[in-house]
Amino acid sequence: MSETILSTQGLCRSFGMLRAVNDVSLQVRRGSMTGLIGPNGAGKSTLFNLLTGALKPDSGSVQLDGRDVTGLPPDRLFSSGLGRTFQIPRPFARMSVLENVMLAPMGQTGETISGPFLFRNKMKSEETRIRAKALEVLDFVTLAPLADHPAGQISGGQMKLLELARVLMGDPALILLDEPAAGVNPVLTATLIGKIEELNRQGTTFVIIEHDMDFVMRHCDPVIALAEGSVIFEGTSAEALANPVLLDAYLGTTEDA
Amino acid sequence: MIGVISYLVFFATTASILAIAVLGLNLQWGNTGLFNGGVVAFFGAGAYGTLILGGTPQAGHLGGYGLFYPLALLGGMAIAGLVAWIVGLLTLRLRHDYLAIATFGVAVAFENLMRNAEWLAGGAKGVRGFERPLRDALGDGFTYNIFFFLVVLVILIATYLFLERLVASPFGRLLRAIREDEEAAQSLGKNPARVRLMAFITGSVILGLAGGLYGTFYAFVSPQDVLPTLTFQIWAMLIVGGAGNNRGAIFGAFLIWGAWTASGWALSRFAPIEAQLYTGSVQFILIGSVIVGMLMWRPHGLLPERLVVSQRGKTPSA
Repeated sequence: MSETILSTQGLCRSFGMLRAVNDVSLQVRRGSMTGLIGPNGAGKSTLFNLLTGALKPDSGSVQLDGRDVTGLPPDRLFSSGLGRTFQIPRPFARMSVLENVMLAPMGQTGETISGPFLFRNKMKSEETRIRAKALEVLDFVTLAPLADHPAGQISGGQMKLLELARVLMGDPALILLDEPAAGVNPVLTATLIGKIEELNRQGTTFVIIEHDMDFVMRHCDPVIALAEGSVIFEGTSAEALANPVLLDAYLGTTEDA
Repeated sequence: MIGVISYLVFFATTASILAIAVLGLNLQWGNTGLFNGGVVAFFGAGAYGTLILGGTPQAGHLGGYGLFYPLALLGGMAIAGLVAWIVGLLTLRLRHDYLAIATFGVAVAFENLMRNAEWLAGGAKGVRGFERPLRDALGDGFTYNIFFFLVVLVILIATYLFLERLVASPFGRLLRAIREDEEAAQSLGKNPARVRLMAFITGSVILGLAGGLYGTFYAFVSPQDVLPTLTFQIWAMLIVGGAGNNRGAIFGAFLIWGAWTASGWALSRFAPIEAQLYTGSVQFILIGSVIVGMLMWRPHGLLPERLVVSQRGKTPSA
């Protein structure tokens, strides 16, 4: 296994005249908790969407686990071991919390039209296994008591935990989190970050995009900073705090970061 | 008395056939969120397909293959599925209202094709020369109607059971996830385009089944049977009954068909002579009002969708 789990070379993406992501080359170390920061409009979300397959790059390439995955759609990336969460949670609102989580495993026998009729026994034994795993994962993210609740009726912070649970069902080697702390009460944020750190200790790599600089400095290492579509800094959080270019780009343009 | 029973059988047969169609639409809209505005195209493909495949030879248009009836009906369903496959490949990338407009256009095109392509399906005169199965044994009277009603009822129950099992399976879970948030489902390894197409085709095959039975019942189909009105009626049945709930779909079919028939009867009986000409239009206004009213005051229908059908957790939390 190589040291690098995810890398990009010369990644570019424009929207009309705007170069949202401009020649970004970066490497994410396996087992790391990499923070991706930058002021509003720095291109964080575009870069995130390029990494998760939601957007296709104009040029450049992306490698996951040494394999070229440039331009692959999100479903193919998930099956290659890359999970993601959303900045604004996207639960399947009119489904139960448990169903949200049970959806995620790939290649389920019952996911075809014929499966539920022709391969009933195989489907049932899979369902038993998936359900057990789903309850275990829900227990891990502290949502087990809400298993039968409609996912649209739990709190925003619980939705972020639910998204993490869904992703965990695919046993991804790499998880990309889009602003996990945004709009969540501090108690649930502490729970969430606790779970993330526990998973990280067990070997899961995380890339965390965050607007909140303080959060990134406390929990992420290394830190990659973007400004105007380009990488302006890469290093440890201590180095980041001492870096004048970064502080200027970041703190200079936002009022209370 | 026999007249009343005879009428009730006739009514129940039509309502049951429409209920099958509503179940097909429910799979598309209620479960998967696909706004099929061209219901009659698939219903019509099934009706025309069944009659052309199973009918006696006719001068001037396609048909007269005289297939064994169940094969003709399956053929009609297959044709509906084929039409859905082509339409689906072309339009399923569209979302919501755009999909509705595109499929509505497909249905209007279908009607006009049937009306004008005489070589294909007899044009405005429709497809004739179809013999109802087992007519020789059962005749054309009340016995036959009872028999046919029972056949339709069995098919309705079978369709219901098929769909109930399907939506309670991981496939149903997948459909609901696509309906709720396609992008999130894709981020979890699902292929929305494939799933949408599968649901669209399956629902359309069921619509084709209903159309095939409808054509069989009247032993005749013409462009008048595939007017946009029928699309709106089937939609009204689903919205009133409760989208996402198969029992609601069946209930809505009987309720709306009952209201439609009753309003037609009442208008013809009580409306002043000079207004008789417009009773059809008044019915359209009524059905439109019912849809609007339901969407405003009871958008989830009389029997709303129940949450969770694939798996339960341990116990509901206190």
